[in-house]
Amino acid sequence: MAIYEKLEARPAPSSTKGIIHWAKENLFNSILSTVLTLVSFYFLYLIVPPLLDWMIFDATWSGTKEEITKDGARWIFIFEKFNQFIYGFYPEELYWRPNLALFIFVVYVIAFKMIDNIKVKAFIILSFPVITYILVAGGFGLEVVETDKWGGLLLTIIVASVGIIASFPIGIIFALGRQSDMPIIRTISIIYIEFIRGVPLITILFMASVILPLFFPEGMDFDKLLRALIGITLFQAAYIAEVIRGGLQAIPKGQYEAADALGLTYWKKMGLVILPQALKISIPNIVGSFISLFKDTTLILIIGLFDVLAMVTLTNSDTNWLGFETEGYVFVTMIYWVICFSMSKYAKSIENRFNTNHR
Amino acid sequence: MNKKNKPPMLSSAFYNNPENRAIIYQVMALAAIFLFTYFVLNNMFINIEKRGINTGFDFLGSEAGFGILQSLIAYDESDTHGKVFIVGLLNTILVSAIGIIFATLIGLLVGIGRLSKNWMVSKLSMVYVETFRNIPILLQILFWYNVVLAALPSPRQSISFFDSIFFNNRGLYIPKPILESGFIAVIIAFVLAIVAVIYLSNWAKKRHDETGEEFPLFGTSLAILIGAPVLVYFLSGTPATLEYAQLKGFNFRGGWTLIPELLALAFALSIYTATYIAEAVRAGIEAVPKGQKEAAHALGLKDYIILKKVVLPQALRVIIPPVINQYLNLVKNSSLATAIGYPELVTIFSGTSLNQVGQAIEIILMTMAVYLTLSILISVLMNYANKKMQIKER
Repeated sequence: MAIYEKLEARPAPSSTKGIIHWAKENLFNSILSTVLTLVSFYFLYLIVPPLLDWMIFDATWSGTKEEITKDGARWIFIFEKFNQFIYGFYPEELYWRPNLALFIFVVYVIAFKMIDNIKVKAFIILSFPVITYILVAGGFGLEVVETDKWGGLLLTIIVASVGIIASFPIGIIFALGRQSDMPIIRTISIIYIEFIRGVPLITILFMASVILPLFFPEGMDFDKLLRALIGITLFQAAYIAEVIRGGLQAIPKGQYEAADALGLTYWKKMGLVILPQALKISIPNIVGSFISLFKDTTLILIIGLFDVLAMVTLTNSDTNWLGFETEGYVFVTMIYWVICFSMSKYAKSIENRFNTNHR
Repeated sequence: MNKKNKPPMLSSAFYNNPENRAIIYQVMALAAIFLFTYFVLNNMFINIEKRGINTGFDFLGSEAGFGILQSLIAYDESDTHGKVFIVGLLNTILVSAIGIIFATLIGLLVGIGRLSKNWMVSKLSMVYVETFRNIPILLQILFWYNVVLAALPSPRQSISFFDSIFFNNRGLYIPKPILESGFIAVIIAFVLAIVAVIYLSNWAKKRHDETGEEFPLFGTSLAILIGAPVLVYFLSGTPATLEYAQLKGFNFRGGWTLIPELLALAFALSIYTATYIAEAVRAGIEAVPKGQKEAAHALGLKDYIILKKVVLPQALRVIIPPVINQYLNLVKNSSLATAIGYPELVTIFSGTSLNQVGQAIEIILMTMAVYLTLSILISVLMNYANKKMQIKER
């Protein structure tokens, strides 16, 4: 009986595996592709090394202003002005209050995930704005901080959160209004949504800051920030309404008919059957709309509020620290980029999760 | 009679009839709106009177008294606020048109790039989209204007291309065509070429329907569109010359000048909007089922015909609606010019004119009306194009 010795499997030919094969398949698979690859590499060579030099290798990270070299980024400016970028003119000894609000936010988010009781969840959602407002603005024994002292990233986040929270119920109402069978209600909703979506946010902010005070009796004085918040909320509501309308339209007709067959009233039908499903479908687009809003909050600098972008100019007006715009812009760019990018990744992940559910 | 058998009273109540209820709700909504409007308008008139603000549109005829950095039509300080409005509107249209053209080009390239089989190209396209989409447009405008363009050399050290295009911190200088009277012939030739191409494409389509033969329409049309005007241009004795910008003293004279404000705004708008257009293009092409391409391949069609006749017609239907929205957004975003002082509608009319005249209500409503009209115009035009693309169900 012949005994065959077991041979070791031979390695795959080098042309079908490894980095060289990969490069052949993905970088040099045709003449055009090769040219494109080379052009891309040249392009990267032009951009990446100088950028890294400026941002990291030649950058000044510490020391005093006098020791700064001119070659790279002077991040020491950002460290020096860090508090202003984050808090604006908020009194330094009171920084703990917005910080505490942020901490409570984190605790609440974790609690919200762990707790199943609907009532506790509702309490969390409703109590958070109140607690935050008292912490940031003062009152109830806490020292009051006027809104013109609010600034920086703190203001950006406040404006964005108030915008999204306040616009949500209004948006739902207009979305339902637009889908309503009642012609007058439907017309009013359509006019509102299309009017707001047809004009730039900046004209709405101008309207809120210049015309709004004329609409109310004298003595009813609106805070500048409040006016901006009203403008942004009205603006965002129109966009949220359209997003939710998309979700409402995606609900199969049978769901409406089933709810009707059960004899549910309009509000029960909407609140218990249709809206929960519509909102669930709309979540990715709602996050998308929130990202736009977060980016759009930069516009409040045009009506004279000092958000984190406006801080670039403001910190540069310090005669000791002139000419640091580039560093300021790059820093603010990174803040926005990180926040918006994470949100869009989050939206993508939700979308993927829902996709598998539907299969 | 037993009380239990009585039909429930509720259903016959006036309030519980759905139709009546609908009417009640609508009347209530209308009443609320009327009351609110009355409250608002009443307060407005009282406030206007108290503050001594003028009303009406008379201010449009009064002298503006301020200069404007750049205008497409002749304008000087003695012109009226009405003219300021026109100048601003034209500048809005100018920057929007430039932005739309470049955003579309970049968006197409990057969108197709993301689907490229070349790993580098698809990754770089992705990095482009993810980078610029996640930075607020206003921040980008300010960055290009305050950092990049401000760092360009002075006019004397201009960056020059072929000694005819100059780029420095005062702007971009390009040659300006000076048209002579004979140029009208070239324009006529161009119009005739367009008519010829329309006829040709109809004929080619008809022939294709009847015989199935392909006519090289794209190449022929391009040849006619370029060839005819160029031929007439030389035949009529080159009736157009270029006026080059020249360095005189501290700055350039002559030619066309694109001011830095316009450059920064157009640049930022194109780059930002292109990221959204790229995503729309990618989504559109990906939406075409793979089987379609495979079927076309199986039929033995050539690659470019598959692209032209199978993939693109279907992809465009998905691409066009979101792209329309992006064009609208670009037009609206051009209003951010006010942060860097490019003299478009919001900057000079809702800004400078408003400060001088103080009639906020009229001016802001006029500005909003312009954007609403532009929005409606663009969407009507594009919806028309969209309708032509739609599958005709038989």
